[in-house]
Amino acid sequence: MKILVTVKEVSTVEDEFEIEGTSIAEQYLGADLNEWDDYAIEEAVQIQEAGIADEVVTVTIGPEDCEQTIRQALAKGADRAIRVWDDSLEGVDLLDVGAKTEILRAVVEAEDPDLVLTGVQSGDDTWGATGVSLAEDLGFEWAAVVNHLEHDFEDGRASVRRELEGGVEELTEVEIPAALTIQTGINEPRYASLRGIRQAQRKELDVQSLADLGVDESAVEAEVTVTEMYEPESETDATVWEGSAEETAAELGELLREKGVAP
Amino acid sequence: MTDVLAVADHRRGELRDVSYEVITAGRQLADDTGGELHVAVISGTVDEFGDKLNREGVDAVHTVDYGEEFNHDVYTQVLTQLYDELAPQYVLAPNSVNGLDYAPAVANALELPIVTDTVGLEADGDTLVANREMYGGKVEVTTELEGTAVATIRGAEWSGAEGTGDASIEAFDAEIDEDAVGSTVTGFEEVGGGDVDISEAEVLVSVGRGIEEEENLEIIRDLADALDATVSSSRPIVDNGWLPKNRQVGQSGKVVTPDVYVAIGISGAVQHVAGMKGSDTIVAINTDPNAPIMDIADYAIHDDLFDVVPALTEEFQ
Repeated sequence: MKILVTVKEVSTVEDEFEIEGTSIAEQYLGADLNEWDDYAIEEAVQIQEAGIADEVVTVTIGPEDCEQTIRQALAKGADRAIRVWDDSLEGVDLLDVGAKTEILRAVVEAEDPDLVLTGVQSGDDTWGATGVSLAEDLGFEWAAVVNHLEHDFEDGRASVRRELEGGVEELTEVEIPAALTIQTGINEPRYASLRGIRQAQRKELDVQSLADLGVDESAVEAEVTVTEMYEPESETDATVWEGSAEETAAELGELLREKGVAP
Repeated sequence: MTDVLAVADHRRGELRDVSYEVITAGRQLADDTGGELHVAVISGTVDEFGDKLNREGVDAVHTVDYGEEFNHDVYTQVLTQLYDELAPQYVLAPNSVNGLDYAPAVANALELPIVTDTVGLEADGDTLVANREMYGGKVEVTTELEGTAVATIRGAEWSGAEGTGDASIEAFDAEIDEDAVGSTVTGFEEVGGGDVDISEAEVLVSVGRGIEEEENLEIIRDLADALDATVSSSRPIVDNGWLPKNRQVGQSGKVVTPDVYVAIGISGAVQHVAGMKGSDTIVAINTDPNAPIMDIADYAIHDDLFDVVPALTEEFQ
């Protein structure tokens, strides 16, 4: 069995920041492996360690800068990585679900995996839609928001739990090949070991352009555009206690006594 | 004309609140250009659901009697057929776990763009103007797209539609290709249980990502002991395995309504807020004065929890 995991480098934002036009000013941004994808990588590596999968491949759409993040995934146990990028992607402000679907579809068709794992969503633009859109496009089965996956794949089916709202889980079976969007908490993502980090430097990281994948450049012209970005208006009418920790703690202590909920 | 097809959500025989919210959002969108609002309800006791969904402003309810529970393959087939029949400008779905399990597939099958988790929607001529959040709620963006589209709406952003409408309730005869149904829901299970029911607690000392390390939970436990309170948490703490699942407050955890909710190092993601906004008094301790939790807090301390929490514990020892 071969598993393809989509891995995204997401932008993180400092507590204090400034907006320039329709984006956050560069100096306030950091980069990190998308949290949900971290769980997807871990799940794939665990399936491999259980002797079920032969190979775990990651795919990332992103510029050269994100190779450090890709190496993190390799250090955690993925076997090799594919990074998709070229000039036509350089100038795109927002890669929408349709564009990602077309690019990832081409990669899936070239790699022919049995299982595609994606994070439920990304921490920056939070579409939460690419995994299911991709599955439909490929004619794969799918399950969204998976927080448990049985690793035996009995009779060519994946038995999963989907995390619904209100503390209810749905038990579902899907036929493979399938795409599953992975929810945080499904496992405990490992830290990359020093040995893993060293090994990751030697693992294959293949860069592909849209032309290499046979994807037409027009595919990345987003249908959804961002026209404005702003800080949400704070609706707070909270009483803010100020002063030293002792002073603010005393204020809170008084409130709790007033409410009769503390001794 | 901006006709809208809104899709209802239900589970185990009950319509979910977001079904009425998606009617409100759909009606507003249809009103922008005087279009019609159609509502689809698929599977389950659809006749009963159909009557309930006939709220003010609904022009037609389309019921599809097929199976008991949600199945994304069935939903995708039905909605693409309904779309072909009704040719709406927009298909609106809840941004629920199930919404995210079929709406992207419907969009892709129909070759339509999708915009998810919207908190504001407006039709401006042929342009859909949708507002959504990015970076965990730190910023909001306005997005635009032309033509027809699929959109999902965030729960609790629109009020639920009320009153009784004069919609026509029509059974839609969808043709389901059984061979194309590759997924099967085999059951449901409640999670949690365990020793403590946080939904019964009067005082919750609730901890989030700001606690940084599992060892640091000790100061939260000390505070809870001193206050005779119960410890709960936001999602990351449970994801890390530092507290059991029955302690999680939020959309996918428990809904709590204590007298006092002390949110410690919790930023206040919308999923968390959904579970605790009904608390009588909310106190937030967080270094970030712009954290979303501050929007719903009654009292706030913008300081380091590692200084404030031990000082508070000392107050009561």
